[in-house]
Amino acid sequence: MTAALTDRTVRDVAVTAEEVRRALGAVLDPELDEPITDLGFVRSVEISGSLAGAVATVHLRLPTSFCSPNFAYLMASDSKDVISALPGVAKVVVELDDHHDSPLINAGLAADAGYRGTFRHEADDSLEELRWTFRRKAHTAAMERCLTELLRADPTLPEENVGTVRLGDLPAGRTKAALVRRRMALGLPTEPAAVVLVDHDGRPYPPDEVPMALRRARSTRISIDGNAHFCRGLLRTRYAGSGADQTDRPEGAEPADHHHVLPFTVKEIHP
Amino acid sequence: MYSKDGENYFIVDAHVALWDARPENQRNIQGKQFIDCFYDYHRNLGPDEEHWSYEEFLYQGGERLMKDLFVDGYVDHAIFQPAYLGAFYKNGFAQVEEAYGLAAANPDKLTYNHCYDPRQGEAGLDRLRADHEKMKFKGVKLYTAEWHGDSRGYKLSDPWSYRYFEECRKLGIKNIHIHKGPTVRPLDRDAFDVADVDHAASDFNDLNFVVEHVGLPRLEDFCWIATQEPNVHGGLAVAVPFMHTRPRYFAQIIGELIYWIGEDRIQFSSDYAIWSPRWLIERFVDFQIPEDMTEYAPLTVNQKKKILGLNAAKMYDIPVPAELQLPGADETATGPRQPERADLAGAA
Repeated sequence: MTAALTDRTVRDVAVTAEEVRRALGAVLDPELDEPITDLGFVRSVEISGSLAGAVATVHLRLPTSFCSPNFAYLMASDSKDVISALPGVAKVVVELDDHHDSPLINAGLAADAGYRGTFRHEADDSLEELRWTFRRKAHTAAMERCLTELLRADPTLPEENVGTVRLGDLPAGRTKAALVRRRMALGLPTEPAAVVLVDHDGRPYPPDEVPMALRRARSTRISIDGNAHFCRGLLRTRYAGSGADQTDRPEGAEPADHHHVLPFTVKEIHP
Repeated sequence: MYSKDGENYFIVDAHVALWDARPENQRNIQGKQFIDCFYDYHRNLGPDEEHWSYEEFLYQGGERLMKDLFVDGYVDHAIFQPAYLGAFYKNGFAQVEEAYGLAAANPDKLTYNHCYDPRQGEAGLDRLRADHEKMKFKGVKLYTAEWHGDSRGYKLSDPWSYRYFEECRKLGIKNIHIHKGPTVRPLDRDAFDVADVDHAASDFNDLNFVVEHVGLPRLEDFCWIATQEPNVHGGLAVAVPFMHTRPRYFAQIIGELIYWIGEDRIQFSSDYAIWSPRWLIERFVDFQIPEDMTEYAPLTVNQKKKILGLNAAKMYDIPVPAELQLPGADETATGPRQPERADLAGAA
C-alpha cells in the first residue's frame, strides 16, 4: 500500500481534532454546569490514523489534583462516550492528567470498567443521583438569576410576588434561555404559562414561603458562580496559558475579569 | 490588635497551621500534589506582593509563624487547626508536637487544637484520652477526606464518629472544627455535602461545630443547615482572601452568612500559612458590600469586630479587654437574621 493511499483512506474516514473538540462541547462539568471545553479542561486532542479508522487521544486537566474524583471520572468517561459515538473513530484514549486518582481513573477508562469497576469498594451503585443533584442546583441557580433580574429591574415589585411570575413574563435573553434549558433537563414544563419559582418537582411555593425559597436559590446561584470562577482561576494558575482555552462566564463576573463580554451591572437600577 | 479610624479590633485568627511539606517529608506523589494545590490557592487568591516563593511555602517553622502572626500580622491570639495527613507525609503534614510546644510556650497567644481520625477505633480513643491528658485542648480539627488504609474519607454521622463525639463530650472538648474534603465513601454522592454535620450537630447540641471554609464549595448547603442549628458556626478560612480577587463574590458570601447565621457565629481565619493575616485584616476592615448589591445591608464596624476576633474569643474563653467587648446580637437562634435588612425589594 502506498503512503498516499493510506493518507487518503484515513482522511476519508477519520474525524478531525476540531470535530472531536466540538463533540467534547457536549460534556458538562456536572458540578459547574458548563461544557468542559469552555472551562479549558481539554488539554489536547490528537488524531492518528489506522486503516480501521481514527484513533482519538484526548488529555484532560483539572484545576487541582484534589478535585472530586467522582466528578473527574464523570467528565472523563462522558468524554470517551461522546468521541466513541463519532463516525470513523476506531479507538478512543482519554487520559486525565495530574490528578491524585489519575492512575485509577485512566486504567478504568482504558478497560471500560465503568464507575463501579473503576472505584471498586468506594462505589456503591452509580453516579446518576450525583448528576441529578447538580442538575437540580443548576436549575435553582438559573431560576434565581431570572427572578433577581426582574426584582432589580422593578424595585416596586415585592419579593413575595415573584412566586406567581410565569415563564412568559420573563424577557427573552441569555438568562431565560438558560432557565428553559435547565427546566428541560429536569423534565419541567417550558410553556409560557409555567410558574418560574418551583421546586425540583415543579411545585410552586405558597406566598409566605416565596421569600425563603428565593433566598435559598440565591445562595445556590452564588455558590455555583463562585465555584465556576474560582475553578477557572485555579486552572489558569496551575497551567500557564490555559486561560486562552477558556470561554468567559458573564454570570458572577467581577470587574477584574476585564474580558467579560456581557455587562453585569447596568441592569441594577437604583431608585 | 488592629486600629483604624479610631476603632480598635481584637484579632483572633481561628485557623492557622505549622506544616512541613518539604520533599523529604513527602511520602508519595499525593504529598506533593497536596502542597502544590495549596500553593496554587496562595498564588491565585493573594495579591502579587504577598506571594511567597515555593521554598518558603513548603515550611515556615515556629519563629516565622510567630513573626507573621503577632509581629507583622496584628493577631492577638491564634488557634492551631492541624491536618495530620499521615497517608501523604511521613511525619504528618501538620507538625503536631512543634505546634503544641509553641502553644505551651506562648499560652497567651496560641491555642492548640488537636486532631483525630475516628477510623482508628478503640485504639484511637485511648490515644485521644492520653493526648488530652497531656495537652488539654478544647477543640479538634477533623478533615473528613483524610486517607486511611482503603478508606479515603468518613462522615460525621458514622457510628465511630459518634463514639468520638461522646468521648469529646466527656473530656470537655467542646469545639469541633470540620473541613470537608473531596473523597468520602461511597463516591456516589457529593463528598462536600454537609448534611452529616447537621446530624451530628443535632445529636450533640452541647458541642460547637465550626464548619471551616463556610462549607465552600457548598456555601448553600452550609447556610441551610447552619441556620437551623444554633450550635453550627462558620469559619472563614479560604473564604476571606476572595475579598482581593473576587470582591463581589466575597460580598455575597458574607452577606449570605450574616443573613443565614448572623454576626455572632462567623470566625475570621487567615488559614496561615496559605495566606498571612496582615493584608487580610487590613482589607477586611476596609471592606464594604458594593452599593449596587441592595440585597445586603452594609457591614457595620461592630460586625467586623465580632468576626475578626470576638466570636472566636468567646468560644475559646480568650480574655478580651473590657473596652473591646461587645454584646451578642439580639437575634433569633435559628432562621434568617434581620431579614428586613436583606430584602432586595425592600431596599427600593
